[in-house]
Parts: sequence; C-alpha cells; structure tokens
Amino acid sequence: MSNEVKKKSPPDPNSAKFKLGKIATDAYVDAQAAKDRGEMIGWCSSNFPVEIPETLGLAVCYPENQAAGIAARGGGERLCNVSEDDGYSNDICAYARINLAYAKIKDTPEQNMPEPDFLLCCNNICNCMIKWYENLAKDLNIPMIIIDIPFNPDYDVSDAQVAYVKAQFMEAIKQLEELTGKKWTEEKFQEVMEYSGRTSRAWLAATSEAKHTPSPFNGFDLLNHMAVMVTARGKKEAAEAMEVLHKEYLENVETGNSTFRGEEKHRIIFEGIACWPYLRATSTGLKSRGINMVTTIYADAFGFIYDDFDGMVKAYCNVPNAMNLEHARDKRVKLIKENHVEGLLVHTNRSCKLWSGFMAEMSRQIAAECEIPHVAFDGDQADPRNFSEAQYETRVQGLTEIMESKKGGC
Amino acid sequence: METVLKKAKLSRNDIDYVMATGYGRRNFDPANGELSELSCHAKGVLFTNPQVRTIIDIGGQDAKVLRINDKGILENFMMNDKCAAGTGRFLDVMANILQMPVNELEKRAELAEKPAKISSTCTVFAESEVISQLATGETVENVIAGICNSVASRVAGLAKRVGIKEEVFMSGGVAQNGGVRKALEKELKVPIKWSETSQMMGALGAAISAYEQVKKRGVLNE
Repeated sequence: MSNEVKKKSPPDPNSAKFKLGKIATDAYVDAQAAKDRGEMIGWCSSNFPVEIPETLGLAVCYPENQAAGIAARGGGERLCNVSEDDGYSNDICAYARINLAYAKIKDTPEQNMPEPDFLLCCNNICNCMIKWYENLAKDLNIPMIIIDIPFNPDYDVSDAQVAYVKAQFMEAIKQLEELTGKKWTEEKFQEVMEYSGRTSRAWLAATSEAKHTPSPFNGFDLLNHMAVMVTARGKKEAAEAMEVLHKEYLENVETGNSTFRGEEKHRIIFEGIACWPYLRATSTGLKSRGINMVTTIYADAFGFIYDDFDGMVKAYCNVPNAMNLEHARDKRVKLIKENHVEGLLVHTNRSCKLWSGFMAEMSRQIAAECEIPHVAFDGDQADPRNFSEAQYETRVQGLTEIMESKKGGC
Repeated sequence: METVLKKAKLSRNDIDYVMATGYGRRNFDPANGELSELSCHAKGVLFTNPQVRTIIDIGGQDAKVLRINDKGILENFMMNDKCAAGTGRFLDVMANILQMPVNELEKRAELAEKPAKISSTCTVFAESEVISQLATGETVENVIAGICNSVASRVAGLAKRVGIKEEVFMSGGVAQNGGVRKALEKELKVPIKWSETSQMMGALGAAISAYEQVKKRGVLNE
C-alpha cells in the first residue's frame, strides 16, 4: 500500500467561494496598501453604513471580522487574557477584548490589520460598541465618529427616527471630508448604491434557495459569506461574486447537488453569532446527525434594499439588534416557514448579552407559532472558555431525537 | 458491564441490543446504539407513569425539564446553563462541607425552623455562604433547608420557562431528596410525583429503546 497523501485540489478561481474569500482577504491587503501610500484608514464597526467610507474612497478594516478570524484560528483566549490583564472584565464582549488587546500588542500570527487613523462607530448592533471604541480612541489618540441609532421599541421605523439618524449620517460625511480631504460625490454614491443593491438582491436570492429540499447549500457557508455582505456590499466585485453564488445554488437545485455533504435528514435555523473557536465541533455535531442549518437571520438581515439616501438611513435603523422583539420574531418566523425548518438551535452567546437576552422569550414565541422544538446551548463567539462540547452534544442530540419523533421515528 | 451481567446471571450473548445513554454514551464501545438521556428519561417515566406531561430530572451533571405532549412524545426541553448550581453536584458539594452523607440532607431539612437564604447563582459562592452562615450561628438544619430551596428555585425557573403541565414527575438522583422535592412543590404550586426508582428512569428508558430496536429488527432472543 502506498503512502500517497491526498492533495486538496486547488480552488476554482471562478467559484463564488474563491471570489468571496478573495474579497474578504483583499480588504486587509487594500487597507494596508492605502496606509503605505500615506492615506488615512479607519476601523469600522460592522453595522456602520459601509456606503459612507466606500463613497468617499476610504479603506476601512472591521475589528469584529478580525476578532472572529483570530478566534477561529485559536488566538481568542490569548488575546482575551491580554485585555483581562489590563483590567477589562471577562463579562464584556470577546470581540472587544480581542480588539483592545490587538490595539495594544499590534501583531498576531492569526490576522493583522493596519493601525487606524480614525474610528467609525455605530451602536445599532450594541451599546458595548461605544465604550469599546471610546477606549480605542483614547488609547490610540485618534478621532472617533459615532452614529447613534438607538434600539427601536416600535415595530416600524418612524420618519422622526429617519430624520434623527440622517442628520448624523450627513455630519459623519462632513467630519470625514474635513479629516481625510476626500470628497463625497452624488455620482459615486449612486454607483455604490447600485452595487449594494445588486449584492443584496443576489444574497437574498441565493439564501432563499434553501426553500428547496434538500437545500442546495450548507447553511454554515452563510456564516463565511456574510463577511462580504457586511464589509464590501457596495463594491462591484461583491455584486459579481454574490451573483455567481446564486447561480451556483440554482445549478445545485437543478442537478440535486448541495454543499451540505451527506443526507439532509433535518433542517434547522441557527440563532446567534457562530461559535468561532469551536466551528468544527458545532458544525460536526449537526452534520453527523444529518442536520443542515438551512437558514439564519443573516439571510434576511444583510439584504439592504433601498432606492435613495433616506432609504439607506431607514435600512440601518432596521438591523436585527436594533429592532423590537415582535418585528425580529416575525422575520424569523417567515424564514422558518419559507425554508421548511423543523427546529431552532440558539447559541446563548456570553459575549452578546443583547442578542442572547431577548432570545429566551423570542424562542418561546417562535416555537409556539411554528410548532417546532427549540434548544439553547452556552457558548461564545470568540472566548473558548465559555463552551462545553459535551453539553452542546447532549442538547443537539435531544433536538434531533425530538425532530425524529415528530416524523414518526425514534 | 461484566459486573452487571454476573449479577444478573447472564452472558453478553443473552443481550440482543445495548443502548448507551448519559454523558459517556459515545465512548461506550459495547453499545449497539446511543440515545440522549433526555429521550431516555422521557421513555422511562412514561412507561411507568403514562399520564405525566412534565418531567423534572435533576442529575449529577445537569438539571433539565422535559415537556411531553398529549401523544406521550417529548416535544421540548430546557437545560441548566453551565453552572453546577441546581444540580446533584451542588448538593454533593454542600453535603461535603456539612460533613454528612447526601441522603442525610432530607431528614435534617425537615427539622428547620426558618430556612436560611443561600445564593442560587454559583456553587462556589454558595459554599462560602454556607460556611459564613454557620460561622455566624445559623443552625445546620436551617442552612440545609436553604440549600434545598436554592436548588428548587433554580430548577423552578427552568420549569416555568418550559411551561408546567400536570402531572409532574421528578426523575434523577435528586428526586430521592424530599427537601428539594417539597421546596419545588412550593415554588411551582403543583404536586410532584416520584418513585424509589426515579434514579433508574434514564436506564429504564434506554432499555425500552433497546427493546424497540430489537422489535424493529423482528428477531428476539428467547
């Protein structure tokens, strides 16, 4: 018997996976190149309107994206410890702890990014973001531009809220023009808006193909691809790559193929940020039982469709962590019904108090309306100390057994 | 396994199917199949008490509340988070501090005049609380009753989230502890059934499940 080692075939450069991966990687390379040219570059929170730096031609990096990458490659605990040694509580978001540590040590083998000249912060994702960025601004002695989009207790976004947030968008643009010398043009904004619309429509179309049984894709793919939706939506390459992704999923539907390997016995919705340090364990726990995570709220949340500036403002007021429980519930119920979901798996994420906090009641309401079982497991998006594989396995197996018994098995 | 077979005067060949359950279920090589303790407790309890609709299982490593639908099928469950508070291990730790066997707790709890207030959020904090309560002159009986209330209040929170539907049955080792059972009845305002074999319900469910597998194959050893 030969000792032949199976080589991985090189990735197809025309595939969506390759293109989307390249966009995510290039974001760091482009930011470093801009920095090397002497341009000012920023760090940006994930739900800050990407259209603003994109239209101004400013390169930005996303600390949350970097922290997820560091955590997935095993560096989460090391960096969390650096921040905790500096006095940050281990109760605060692990992305914040990792990034504050990175701002101090400035080098990691997992993923580096250039030092920022300004910070762009928006609290529509959480309020921890404000203190995190304030501390960065103080530590690095750089300006911080903040857009305040408060949690909306009403179902719909009011005109008053749009007016309040729009004024801040305008002010942020003015501040950035003054700071960097770059100029906002309506022509460039129209172009960015068009690409953002194309990217979003392709994303929504691609993720909606999960309505087919079996689904043409493994839902864990979405956790990787969404990085492009967050950071590069307004780029031409992103629009083209997402359109390729949709085409590939359509081809899979026609040929009966899927990126989910093995028989799709059950279909679930996954709630929460991925448990990056244990991505393999959490994914294998599902795959080994024939469970495909066919959808997540990301499938809906990152489809930013709008026609003008006011529409863009409204879209940013309507992101998942800023909307009320009933609205958030209805979005998930729609995904569950459209995609024939049989169970709800909730990541009680110690880092994300806001998201995990309202999931207990939302899970109850979703399960009652859709008549599906729901299960929660403890974990963390980036701190590996908050997850127990045995506890996860028992919960997932329990969920599987309930789904099987509902189908008349077990 | 050899010890069990010897006691039952059986050999491995007499067993058609071995079903493993519990946290070690995946590492037990002689098993033909494995099933979570959630399903096993549900099967075991329903076999002995078919009218039960809510099962509270407090074991060594975790606490869980199972809801059974009208067809007698497990339809949802809720488990404790990572902290050991609210589990059997919590009682073990407390019995150890009080230097008494865990099965002594029930008798002593009955003698309490006014249960002490013991934290329900963390086992280690509760341990230091017990020591300081005793140091300040609280009676052992009142402290033990406080410990039972602490477990009950934590598990009652889970049960209320799942939704209590009668009849309610308690399985797992902690069911033997009348102090916890009575505190739970008080918290939930429903009678709680149990049996001397409550701790065996998971094993019984696994055995029933193994039997069902053999029946499916259609070949049973005589």
